Amino acid sequence: MDGAQLLQQIINGLTLGSLYALIAIGYTMVYGILRLINFAHGDVLMVGCYLAWFGAVQFGLPWWAALMGSMALTALLGVLIDQGAYRPLRSAPRISALITAIGVSFFLENLGLVVFGGRPKAFERPEIFNQLYQIGDLRVLSHSVWVPIITALVLAGLLWMIYRTRLGMAMRALSRDLVTVQLMGIDTNRVVAVTFALGSALAAAGGIFWAMKYPQINPLMGVLPGLKAFVAAVLGGIGNVVGAVLGGLMLGFGEIMLVALWPELAGYRDALAFVLLIGFLLFRPSGILGQELPS
Amino acid sequence: MTVPRRLAALWAAAWLVLAGQALAAEPIKIGLVLPLTGGSAAYGEMALMGIRLAQAQGGQALGRPVELVLVDNKSDKVESSNAVNRLIQRDHVVAILGPLSSSEALAAAPVAEAAGVPLVTAWATNPLVTQGRVYIFRTCFIDPFQGGVAASFAVNHLKVKTAAVLFDVGRDYSVGLANFFKKSFASLGGQVVATVQYSEGDQDFSPQLMAIKAKDPEIIYLPGYLPEEPLVVRQARELGIKAPFLSGDAAQSDELIKIGGQAVEGLYFTTHFDEGGVTTPQGRQYAQAYRQKYGKAPDALGALGFDAYLLLLDAIGRAGSTQAQAVVKALETTKGFAGVCGLTDIVAHDAVKPAVILQVKEGEFVYVATVKP
Repeated sequence: MDGAQLLQQIINGLTLGSLYALIAIGYTMVYGILRLINFAHGDVLMVGCYLAWFGAVQFGLPWWAALMGSMALTALLGVLIDQGAYRPLRSAPRISALITAIGVSFFLENLGLVVFGGRPKAFERPEIFNQLYQIGDLRVLSHSVWVPIITALVLAGLLWMIYRTRLGMAMRALSRDLVTVQLMGIDTNRVVAVTFALGSALAAAGGIFWAMKYPQINPLMGVLPGLKAFVAAVLGGIGNVVGAVLGGLMLGFGEIMLVALWPELAGYRDALAFVLLIGFLLFRPSGILGQELPS
Repeated sequence: MTVPRRLAALWAAAWLVLAGQALAAEPIKIGLVLPLTGGSAAYGEMALMGIRLAQAQGGQALGRPVELVLVDNKSDKVESSNAVNRLIQRDHVVAILGPLSSSEALAAAPVAEAAGVPLVTAWATNPLVTQGRVYIFRTCFIDPFQGGVAASFAVNHLKVKTAAVLFDVGRDYSVGLANFFKKSFASLGGQVVATVQYSEGDQDFSPQLMAIKAKDPEIIYLPGYLPEEPLVVRQARELGIKAPFLSGDAAQSDELIKIGGQAVEGLYFTTHFDEGGVTTPQGRQYAQAYRQKYGKAPDALGALGFDAYLLLLDAIGRAGSTQAQAVVKALETTKGFAGVCGLTDIVAHDAVKPAVILQVKEGEFVYVATVKP
């Protein structure tokens, strides 16, 4: 492999990594606040993509309007899922909520199959993300430049909200002790609803940028990005938004480099992600940035 | 006494006639296993469209109506064997059509074999599907033939000397075709410079494609499947790979062009059927009927389904009964069945029939050549 090719692989790794990171941010935020691993995140992402597709193709909206509309509707969906599936289990053991999340995931996938059909649909990449920059042998899609910028902006916005606003303070308090926060007169259901709305809107945004890069959507498209984002969130320390970004970058970069250096191992690429997951859960369950849990 | 006696006789006669009718009208149940949801849903739908046309033409065998019992296998191996089990145990079908992909068929075949119910797949091209089995048949060509056709087309027609092979390690179809292509390409004097894998469900192929780019092959053999194939080709073009792609029959779907867009222009693939290569009157009639009903050009999977359905009814007719042994015997001796895809012989449970090579040009599949077995 010569220098230009290595550089191209590094760029590819960063592109994939920042997409994982963008999806993992929403995943980890919901966990950080509610201690709920929302396995339906990937499927909410899928619904977001279809909503954007309908907006852009059926109603001819410009891409940013389709994105905004989809985020708003997906946020609503997130709140509905919380109301219908998770709120009745708020005081139940955590494992019940986890299993419910898996149920919601299957429900959304199969609903998608019934409503949208199983045939994949083409997702258009807007012109602004479709510019191909060519420097010598290097080829970079403008999408690959924008996604890290958007990921960074989302991260900054989220950090500001969590640490600088009253809502964020309520979220942080809630993550420590739900019952006490309720006693302090905070409307916890409202805070949880906002968390879900935000998490789902982020899933939609992540999914739409994912679909722009890999331009087709189908009802099972959320499964793999969802799982990878989960791995990224665990690598970074689940519940920690900065960690999710680091975990996403590490995972994307690792996957690409594995195949770049040993092309014959390409078939084991997904295995790498899950070996990393198992390794971290065994030896450093709190992830890169997570704090050690008090025993 | 005469009146009641006459009444009794009338009643008896009426009963006999009605019972006889009921017996004649007892439908022949045939199971149909297809992926109607999941990753291969597009293929399942195409196959079903062809079978629906066949049903409209030949709804009868042995003077009895034919009833199709359709089960969705969700593009899944385990669900395929479950579906076959269900059709045999619960619906008591006399024969089964399907499933579609080689992986699905490899999972389903042992179930039908063990139960002694004839299973005919029209689409699964991996040779292992029928090997060593008594009740399993197929009405399409097999991958050693298809891979060989692709290799000889690359060497003799496109005049290339080096090739890279990129295949899906999770699909028996893709693994088989990749191996047969490599073998044939090497024996024709070509050189395979890179062999790289990906997995079903992958969406990013950049490192695999970079590994291929480094070897600069003249052609890339990609026995891919939906939904991955158009993504692979798009990413290859974005990474500046200019070599043409050559694929297998799974490339033939609207989605390849809709999702692949400009990137799939020039892609070649081997397949079972194309309007442009039609030689039989059945083929012409089919193409016309298909266009009339669905308003678009007929595809291979539909044509294969159409042929398989009529071939199975033909065998049941020749067998003179729905008894499994008799149907198997009739299937085994199928010779010169005039189908949409040309004349078909069943030899050692597999079909021997010609292959067609198509190319994507200006968003359409264009006929290039027919290769006879």
